[in-house]
Amino acid sequence: MTLQESSVRPVPLSRLLLSSLRAAVLFTLIAGLAYPLLTTAMAGLMFPNQAQGSLISRDGQAIGSAVLGQNFMAPQYLHGRPSMTNKTDGSGPQPYNAENSGASNWGPTNAKLSEAVRERVAAVRSENGLSATASVPVDLVTASSSGLDPDVTLASALLQVNRIAQARSLTPEQVESLVRVHLTPRQFGVLGEPRVNVLAVNLALDARQ
Amino acid sequence: MAWLQFVLLLGIMTALVVPVGKWLHGVVSGERHSAAERLTYRLVGIDPDERMDWKRYGLVIVVSNLASLLFAYLLLRLQGLLPWNPAGLNAQAPDLAWNTVVSFMTNTNWQAYSGEQSLSYFSQMAVITTFMFISAATGFAAAVAFMRGLAGRSGDHLGNFWVDLTRITYRILLPISFVLALIFVWQGMPQTLQGYASVTTLEGAVQRIALGPVASLESIKHLGTNGGGFFSMNAAHPFENPTPLTNALHILSMLLLPSSLTYAFGRMLGNVRQGWVIFGGMLVMFVGFLVTVYSFEQAGNPILSRLGADQTMTATQAGGNMEGKEVRFGIAQTSLFATTTTAATTGSVDSMHDSYTGMGGLVPMTQMMLNNVFGGKGVGFINFVQYLILGVFMAGLMVGRTPEFLGKKIEAREVKLVMLAVLAHPLSILGFTALAISLPGPLASLNNPGPHGFSEVLYAYTSGTANNGSAFAGLNANTLFYNVTIGLAMLIGRYLTLLPMLAVAGLLATKRRVPVSSGTLATDTVLFGSLTVFVILIVGALTFLPALTLGPIADHLQMIKGVVLK
Repeated sequence: MTLQESSVRPVPLSRLLLSSLRAAVLFTLIAGLAYPLLTTAMAGLMFPNQAQGSLISRDGQAIGSAVLGQNFMAPQYLHGRPSMTNKTDGSGPQPYNAENSGASNWGPTNAKLSEAVRERVAAVRSENGLSATASVPVDLVTASSSGLDPDVTLASALLQVNRIAQARSLTPEQVESLVRVHLTPRQFGVLGEPRVNVLAVNLALDARQ
Repeated sequence: MAWLQFVLLLGIMTALVVPVGKWLHGVVSGERHSAAERLTYRLVGIDPDERMDWKRYGLVIVVSNLASLLFAYLLLRLQGLLPWNPAGLNAQAPDLAWNTVVSFMTNTNWQAYSGEQSLSYFSQMAVITTFMFISAATGFAAAVAFMRGLAGRSGDHLGNFWVDLTRITYRILLPISFVLALIFVWQGMPQTLQGYASVTTLEGAVQRIALGPVASLESIKHLGTNGGGFFSMNAAHPFENPTPLTNALHILSMLLLPSSLTYAFGRMLGNVRQGWVIFGGMLVMFVGFLVTVYSFEQAGNPILSRLGADQTMTATQAGGNMEGKEVRFGIAQTSLFATTTTAATTGSVDSMHDSYTGMGGLVPMTQMMLNNVFGGKGVGFINFVQYLILGVFMAGLMVGRTPEFLGKKIEAREVKLVMLAVLAHPLSILGFTALAISLPGPLASLNNPGPHGFSEVLYAYTSGTANNGSAFAGLNANTLFYNVTIGLAMLIGRYLTLLPMLAVAGLLATKRRVPVSSGTLATDTVLFGSLTVFVILIVGALTFLPALTLGPIADHLQMIKGVVLK
């Protein structure tokens, strides 16, 4: 515990202030520039794809990121979760805006939340030909935290199988087996929850035709 | 599977306590300076052999923090002129920049701005990432100085702040952050200086994707229990937290240093049991809070069930209250993250706490009010010792003996200083909350009606004072009133805890050690650990229950009744 023995030599405040400013600059250079730049260089060498945002290309064109969700409305695609992100200039809603992540932040008793859920439940039921009392998996009618959730639960994906099959003239079994192929299990069998990456399923659906 | 994850992660944390604790102890007590460290001392112009008493140590902390604050403020205000700004973002306004630098310097990481819309890559690195190292190392150094005083082996000297700061940064924080960052990139976190990407989605829309040097910020963000996110939605954003593995690593790196510090403390005292008693007390509270938040969030929101949303756990879905949560984490990992981030004073979030059920949201709030379950670098541990001293004092009063802690007599001066630190915390939280809700302007910032709106304000000042930084994020906190008052709350929470407790350590350090006798109350026993936890919970309940009843508890009761508020 003891540092080397030496007498206490009080340094005047002006010198302390000077040292403090020097330290601020030095630590900015080391921790704020050298460290992140070195990490950038190493990451670029070891994992070039992930370091650039895990972008996916199809026919030479970038179509999205493997870890981010994107907006799907058309009946032939698997739909993701509701997203509360806004336009970049904040002028109105724009789901899955990947330069302005956002959530509803509505509390459990907020009327806006119940209204939104009521509308989403009704929409899911009518789009998928469900009865007016059928219950809908919670993740498909509640907004994610990032507004960019790339996944849905298996329950939500299976619910959409018939609609997708009809829109693509496939059998429900074909679509379901494709969904199940893209089921990501818990990591190492323990961590997180099983999930279906929406973009991956939709890319596979398109590739089938 | 939820319980298996809890046991697994807490088991790994516990297994790391001894090796990491030994390592930490070695770093802060070693005699030799490395070449890089000696060069640093020469460049900065300080004498590494200067021995500082508590006043000096405290002064150097304050002055050096002030210098960093000014320098960073300058960089933020000049953002428009500095490099690596592919999105062409302007400088933050003066009140927002003040709030930002105070927030990061005090290890709070409250963010009244949205990262991808407000900070250039340069600012994210040179201001935010730098502060994450300095403020974590500062808090850690203060905790170590505090321990030296308690251990009382070095007279009135608590060490040398510059040496502590440098060693902690160079030997602990930088190497671990570097390795963690690379693991994060492997899992899908970006680390680039290239501008935002633009893609055409399968449905033909244009999606602009914000990128940046994310991984190098994320690793120190959690290792240093800082918590400020690169993106607005913090660790819920898939780029900040792409997989359940990164989520688990975030959780473990938040807990790694605070939990190991208890063991390092035991070694420093030469009484490892004392360290374990502190660890045990913290773990018991942690598990209690974890189980609470998990149960309420998994049970879900009955209002949504009535509307047709299925929140039950089945073979094909994890269920629960999923508003503001991510599918890959589910309720289990989300609960563990929320409990950890408010226990370890980190303040990052992988879900929106504002959308929790009343009782679910009560847990993060309460942990910040208690402010000593593991705790981040510095304040958390120091706060727990506050209560140990208070516990000794109360037990002493009950049996009519002069209280002693670690062989030192606890007398009026120490108790007064402890009480100053204990009282500054609720005074700041409740005082500022009362001020905000009695003025019309601040109320316009609420995002939710009824008790939940009150919770948003209460949460904001609790988070600021506890130097946590998480939020009921619906509250629009980027107003002059909130920027200034939350800035003040952060300063009160940081320095009115740190400085009085350093003084206590300094005073104890100079006292003569009283030999152990049959009249000595042993503080390294399960009995005393339980007493301390009891004192923490009683003091916390007496102070905060009225406010909690008006906010989260009323909120929860309304939710159960199915009340919907406009």
